Amino acid sequence: MLNQLDRAFQALGDPTRRALVERLAAGPASVSELAAPLPMSLPAVMLHLKMLEQSGLVISEKKGRVRTCRVDPAMLSLAEKWINERRLMWERNLDRLGDFLNSEGEEK
Amino acid sequence: MSARSVVHASFTITRVWPHSPAKVFQAFADQEKKKKWFGGGGQAWTEISRSFDFREGGRETAVVKWEESGVVTDFDCVYRDIVENERIVYSYVMRLDGKKISVSQACIQIAADGSGTKLTVTEYGDFLDGYEDNGSREHGTNWLMDVLVKSLDT
Repeated sequence: MLNQLDRAFQALGDPTRRALVERLAAGPASVSELAAPLPMSLPAVMLHLKMLEQSGLVISEKKGRVRTCRVDPAMLSLAEKWINERRLMWERNLDRLGDFLNSEGEEK
Repeated sequence: MSARSVVHASFTITRVWPHSPAKVFQAFADQEKKKKWFGGGGQAWTEISRSFDFREGGRETAVVKWEESGVVTDFDCVYRDIVENERIVYSYVMRLDGKKISVSQACIQIAADGSGTKLTVTEYGDFLDGYEDNGSREHGTNWLMDVLVKSLDT
């Protein structure tokens, strides 16, 4: 399970792939629709999509000549969501702790 | 969902801050200071009960009702190991609406890093028996967006 999660986080470590997932979170899109606004070749976009599929974040389906992609919330099992919520909770807590430490001044 | 199951998972998060280890440690050890940053997360909630006993064998509890979902979360923690300005290890049980959903251990390591502090949080958890899957698809997408926003921010 963690390997899958690691792959998901790894996949999101790239700005192009984040842009793709963000676009797909708004609704399904074809590969060419996804590629159109991006300043790169179609094969480069397909490579990014392949990584996203391997990470389990995105699923795709080919109908005729068109491949349609969508995000796959189903990959997030309850346990995965739980551990991610814990992780996100810590990230948020530590963001606030950093702000708090800054606001405290340097007395100690 | 009544099937028995356990899923194990762990994660580690590291931060570096330009503050002394003593100052970072105090943010965990002092109840008033810890209140300023721990938990919450921007969502509205009402405190039902809270206790704080920061010493080895001491207990910290927080029962909170989340306004949006109406869910009551119950955090029940025992401090297992405390080394001033260096380390805090605690184990805790988390309940959702009274149902035990996880048993976890967290290890907070505090180390000098140049003139600042490196903080490492490692958490290991056993997730028990799942819980009701209401709206999980939507939830999954929200999670995804959270991750995205988070990764865009950093």
